[in-house]
Amino acid sequence: MAPVLFYFFAIMTLVFAVAVVANRNPVASALSLVVSFLGLAALFVGLDAYFIAVIQVLVYAGAVMVLFLFIIMLLDLRAEERRRVNIFAFVGGGLVAVAFVAQIWMVLQRFEAGKTAFLPLPAERIDDVRNVGRILFSTHNLPFQVIGVLILVATIGVVVLSKRELK
Amino acid sequence: MTLTLNHYLFVSGLLFAIGFAGVMMRRNIITIFMCLELMLNAANLSLVAFSRFNLVNGLPNYNAQVLVFFIITVAAAEVAVGLAIIVALYRARQTIHVEDISSLKF
Repeated sequence: MAPVLFYFFAIMTLVFAVAVVANRNPVASALSLVVSFLGLAALFVGLDAYFIAVIQVLVYAGAVMVLFLFIIMLLDLRAEERRRVNIFAFVGGGLVAVAFVAQIWMVLQRFEAGKTAFLPLPAERIDDVRNVGRILFSTHNLPFQVIGVLILVATIGVVVLSKRELK
Repeated sequence: MTLTLNHYLFVSGLLFAIGFAGVMMRRNIITIFMCLELMLNAANLSLVAFSRFNLVNGLPNYNAQVLVFFIITVAAAEVAVGLAIIVALYRARQTIHVEDISSLKF
């Protein structure tokens, strides 16, 4: 991936992630989240993970976002009125986040292996849907089936939770 | 100027920090939920970057991409259950502000 594209999509992802946090209107937050995830999918394409990029767009930008917007519509949420902010949570959360970024920065400064460029891939052999699928259905077959059961349980749980009265 | 693994890891760290700050700062439970998704995706980005960096026989390490696939699946299930809980909570309390929901607070 050209560095220009990397910077473009990385900045797009981060700016819209900040917009998710900063917007007071939940609909604007949800739409910023879509754009942020699209930028992230582009970064995945830059890392030659085409399958993951497509899944990211389908599942997050498609299904999960529709779910969020649907719930916002269902609850009929307006822009949040200004409240007295909890200073302790605000300052504490900001400080921990800044400290985390500073730590990541200092660790990466000393991480020599990460400073070398990515090795090129043999262009004719990139067939990553087939490769991911082969590994998914052979080495990781049991977790795959457990995930299937998990989704079934989640579906039943959602139906039970959404019923009018819980008994 | 070439791209290195550290670039991607730093973007991933920043994204995680933004999500974390959102979880701590915001009082709207739906926004908090969106910030949780941001944090999960930051982890996915660093996994994919490591997968591309550690080549196995000249190909990316696809085990990491399978793990990312699982994370996305579990996150989707988590969103469905979480939003159902939020709807049930709203039905019981008519609020989505975390400050108004303090029955279990010590």
